[in-house]
Amino acid sequence: MSEMKSFWIKRKSGDRLFYALNYIFLLFLAVVILYPLYFIVIAAISDPDAVLAGEVVLYPVGVTLSGFQKILERTDVWQGYWNTIVYTVLTVILSLVVTIPAGWALSRKTLVGRKALMIYFIIPMFFGGGLIPFYNVVSSLHLVNTMWAVILPSILSVWNLFMTRTFFESSISENLVEAARIDGAGEFRIFFSLILPLSKAILAVMALYYAVGQWNSYFNAMIFLQDESLYPLQLVLKEILIASESTMGGSGETILEQYRLANQIKYVSVIVSSAPVILLYPFVQKYFAQGVMIGSLKG
Amino acid sequence: MSKACKMSSSDSVVLPSVRLDHQRKRNNLRKSLPWLIMAFPAILVVFLFNYLPIYGVLIAFQDFMPGDPVISPLTRWVGFDHFIRFFNDPQFWPLMKNTFLLCIIGFVIGFPLPIIVALSLNALKGKKTAKYLQTIFTAPHFISLVVLVGMLTLFFGRYGLVNNIVASLGGERFSYFLENSAFRPLYILSSNWQDFGWSAIIYIAALSNVDPGLHEAAILDGATRFQRVIHVDLPAIMPMISVMLIMSIGGLMGVGYEKALLMQTDGNLGVSELIATYVYKQGLTGIPNQGYATAIGLFNSVINVVLLIIANTTSKKFSETSLF
Repeated sequence: MSEMKSFWIKRKSGDRLFYALNYIFLLFLAVVILYPLYFIVIAAISDPDAVLAGEVVLYPVGVTLSGFQKILERTDVWQGYWNTIVYTVLTVILSLVVTIPAGWALSRKTLVGRKALMIYFIIPMFFGGGLIPFYNVVSSLHLVNTMWAVILPSILSVWNLFMTRTFFESSISENLVEAARIDGAGEFRIFFSLILPLSKAILAVMALYYAVGQWNSYFNAMIFLQDESLYPLQLVLKEILIASESTMGGSGETILEQYRLANQIKYVSVIVSSAPVILLYPFVQKYFAQGVMIGSLKG
Repeated sequence: MSKACKMSSSDSVVLPSVRLDHQRKRNNLRKSLPWLIMAFPAILVVFLFNYLPIYGVLIAFQDFMPGDPVISPLTRWVGFDHFIRFFNDPQFWPLMKNTFLLCIIGFVIGFPLPIIVALSLNALKGKKTAKYLQTIFTAPHFISLVVLVGMLTLFFGRYGLVNNIVASLGGERFSYFLENSAFRPLYILSSNWQDFGWSAIIYIAALSNVDPGLHEAAILDGATRFQRVIHVDLPAIMPMISVMLIMSIGGLMGVGYEKALLMQTDGNLGVSELIATYVYKQGLTGIPNQGYATAIGLFNSVINVVLLIIANTTSKKFSETSLF
């Protein structure tokens, strides 16, 4: 009996150690994630000289909002901001129009050619023409240097389409659809008045996925847009943030001076550009997680 | 759906089977027409931006000038010349090596980390704490690549936080962005920083479906919490791990060149030039060399497909899980 007891005690203390180590591990990760974000914030509101001198580590030094003042004067940033908002809104609207009905159609078991359509959509997930043919297609559609070059190629992600299909397959009852059909509703009527109101979750998830994707993308804008007034925020940021060290001329004092002026703007622009997404994120987190889980049903 | 099936089968009693077949097909088509209309925009978008470029891959076998149609009577076919030229390009081996190493090292670190984090979060006693931590871990996923690389330059630049701390401790400043040796660590660590929490979600979801009875049985058998992680939780998410493994092997050679492009400087080009960034430079910058660039891109895609098929068949053989 006492042997048994000591066994349980040993197990309990072993468990306690495990829980403690586990907790420390996760807290460590949380600090690793949070500190850089925290540092950006305190560096943005600190005196740039103090930041450059390495005095700002744990708390802001010589609090100033001059960085924010400077960024308010940058018309290119606000032009980019506006462009990004326009591109994101249009992308979301069009992507929902393209993705949701197609997802519904693919979830219908009696759809003629369902299998062939699935294969049609699966192939691009694993094989593509690559960058240059893609560029040439967009170019031959006369989209280069228009906002549509940034919007149209992003309005359908096959991955999202399949996620939508899985959602419909797993969460819409066939009996409901059949009942509507017996009542004489046509397929379009069924989709618009019955299915869409039941699909708020997937609409939210898809809107968020496409919105974040467009908000954060720079590459298509970089290769397709020449006109600076069309630049989205990320492309403007690229020029502000990633002026590489090799392109910074001079040495010693001049480099240091350039750093002083540039870095404050950099810290501030990181905040200004990421704030909408990061602030929105905790509220919509459950939708994002839901999306991943809908996707995992398939896997 | 079941109703529709019943109706057509009751018809079959009356009608001769051949005519029925014909009629049913027509019937099905008529019934499917609204759905096909709903799917049409998606079909069109995929055709334009995925299938037309696949057709455009033909220029990899041509002497192509920008603006030429893909096939015309004037097309000059050059067979595999571009491929042979790439294999003899002095850049060929460095590009292969850079792409491969970045992917392999990234994979070795980046693949297990989300699994460990998911298991760890799942073993946490306070469910509320786990939720908060998960929110924190997922947040960096929403930072854009431009901002992420911008943050890297701010932290690791010559006068960034890291160098400031090193200098204040009496060390030498180090230009992380101008050195070959720093590129891969910076790239891989920042990728992990950004995405481990996001990638963990799928495993966390799988773990929430583990039968609690298994845990209770294990506790009665005297298993510690750690033993339960290894012998209950881990096997439960094994199928998910295999699927993710196959997918990441398929994408192994297709790493985020958008990020590599942002991180490139003259100083680290020796390791940061990847196949995909080379394609971009050859095809879209300077004097474009599109046929050549497309051939290199095609070579890369073919490697990816082959890797995917190998991973899939191997997994099918050993674990009964596969994508297709």
